[in-house]
Amino acid sequence: MNLVTVSGPPSSGKTAVILKTIESYQKQEISVGVIKFDCLYTDDDIVYEKAGIKVRKGLSGGLCPDHYFVSNIEEAFAWGQKENFDVLISESAGLCNRCSPYIKDIKAICVIDNLSGINTPRKIGPMLKSADIVVITKGDIVSQAEREVFASRVSMVNPKAIVMHVNGLTGQGSFELGTLLYDKKLDTDNLKGKELRFSMPSALCSYCLGEKRIGADYQMGNVRKINLEK
Amino acid sequence: MSATVIGNKSIKELLDKYTFAQSFLEQNNLVIDGKEHLTMKEYLASFTVEEAEDMALDPHTILMGFEEYIQQMLSFLGEDKSDVESLTINAGKDKTGKQESFGSFTIKTGEIIAIVGPTGSGKSRLLGDIEWVAQRDTPTSREILINGEKPDFKWRFSTSDKLVAQLSQNMNFVMDLTVAEFLDLHAESRMVENKKDIIEKIITCANDLAGEKFERELPITSLSGGQSRALMISDTAILSKSPIILIDEIENAGIDRKKALSFLLSQDKIVLMATHDPMLALLGDKRIVIKNGGIHKIIETTKEERSMLKEIEAVDQKVQNLRASLRQGEILKPESFN
Ligand SMILES: Nc1nc2c(ncn2[C@@H]2O[C@H](COP(=O)(O)OP(=O)(O)OP(=O)(O)O)[C@@H](O)[C@H]2O)c(=O)[nH]1
Ligand SMILES: Nc1ncnc2c1ncn2[C@@H]1O[C@H](COP(=O)(O)OP(=O)(O)OP(=O)(O)O)[C@@H](O)[C@H]1O
Ligand SMILES: [Mg+2]
Ligand SMILES: [Mg+2]
Repeated sequence: MNLVTVSGPPSSGKTAVILKTIESYQKQEISVGVIKFDCLYTDDDIVYEKAGIKVRKGLSGGLCPDHYFVSNIEEAFAWGQKENFDVLISESAGLCNRCSPYIKDIKAICVIDNLSGINTPRKIGPMLKSADIVVITKGDIVSQAEREVFASRVSMVNPKAIVMHVNGLTGQGSFELGTLLYDKKLDTDNLKGKELRFSMPSALCSYCLGEKRIGADYQMGNVRKINLEK
Repeated sequence: MSATVIGNKSIKELLDKYTFAQSFLEQNNLVIDGKEHLTMKEYLASFTVEEAEDMALDPHTILMGFEEYIQQMLSFLGEDKSDVESLTINAGKDKTGKQESFGSFTIKTGEIIAIVGPTGSGKSRLLGDIEWVAQRDTPTSREILINGEKPDFKWRFSTSDKLVAQLSQNMNFVMDLTVAEFLDLHAESRMVENKKDIIEKIITCANDLAGEKFERELPITSLSGGQSRALMISDTAILSKSPIILIDEIENAGIDRKKALSFLLSQDKIVLMATHDPMLALLGDKRIVIKNGGIHKIIETTKEERSMLKEIEAVDQKVQNLRASLRQGEILKPESFN
């Protein structure tokens, strides 16, 4: 089975792009399942089910969603194998722009939209910078010039990536994206021992552990102070 | 040049040799101030583990990326700017799997081709085939040739070098910039040399196409629909390197469409235009009729149609005049229509 990790800022069009891409597979009889990771809430599972796609979801709740992803992707992978998928796609919303759920040797796709502003590419860390394919959505709403400027900014922070435009509403570009996703030769048996592309932050402070009170007395572990001097 | 070579050059040397390297450092949030004398490797090694973690910085990825970026820019700048002279579509299959009957169809720069057909018939798919320079690997099995030859696959993936620029119906400007700032930004991303002149030219042409003139200091988001379209067309024609322009119906309001088209053609572009407007369709040299996913017919605009074009244009002009009168606050009379 192929595993493809799709990530990107909230509402950037991940689900829309994945749905259109899977649609383009139907004639080729490639079977695809989706595992959705999110933090507090998602109804993406309903959207996928409606489209006739097998889906599971995991909510990280009080945990960092990317940490939650790493601790659960192996089980998700096993589920996909049991279901006999050709491709399992994981969808996760990048929340803090710092982490990414990308794994070495596993195809990594970042979905980002044209409306997010031209300074957004430099604000996003490894989620954008270490992706193999960057999909830019919502090009239908902005001018050709804005698309060009945005894409060139994306290329500048990740020159090695393939940058593609996909319209999540009409599906324009999704067939083309589909040809880059599935490759029988890239089948993987299991994820044990594989590594993340980029380490997660080493943060662990009293607030991570449930502390609520404000004040220096309550702060323990990895605490860093803001510098307000000019 | 490899990543090791780049890593061993001083930052000053790199910036002097490749002026465009500055934007790479900026976009990757790498502040150089006072560290120009270091080599790129030394500079990247100067961050503590903690700092690197904070910035989510991976020196190896940055070096590899920097090398790739410099290569891409060099090849982009070194290229012959107008190397597309024709586009050929070789027949594929329609939705029922039936072979398209037109064999092969070639479009040359300076030609306008209209695309007509009912909803869902496959107009967008045809445009998609062209953009992806299909090699019998799309649902239509069509093949696209550039200059009569199998195309370079760079057209599929390059961001600076797209084959196709698109102008579609509901496009907007969303950036918070003035007209001049916006064009400056676009010109910068296109690496043009005489930025100032080009920006002036774009604004002048846009004002020539727009019903109502606008100032360079106006925020782009406050342009009217017609002004936005005029600016987009002018900008796309002059700044986009893409040799092919796809238009999804240019709306009538506030813009001289005939002028806009001839302006695009004057820039040596191939224009493909999905439209139902008889004036635009007849302005095309030929029109492709799509039916059931396939190219059903290719019709050359006949002499008779061309002569009708005059009348259609006259009617169109009258409507435009009425619109202008309304704008000026005039009262319309039957003779206003003459
Ligand atoms: N105009 C336009 N809208 C789009 C496009 N792609 C997605 N959308 C819309 O953007 C909204 C968000 O899309 P989703 O696919 O749900 O985004 P997501 O990234 O999966 O969102 P989360 O999973 O909630 O983080 C939806 O209303 C989509 O219809 C596009 O290319 N153009
Ligand atoms: N030759 C073909 N073989 C198989 N599928 C096709 C073919 N041509 C078009 N299609 C499919 O038919 C669907 C509708 O086509 P498309 O979106 O291009 O129509 P359209 O003419 O642009 O419609 P609209 O006017 O609504 O924009 C798409 O899913 C497209 O992939
Ligand atoms: Mg989603
Ligand atoms: Mg269409």
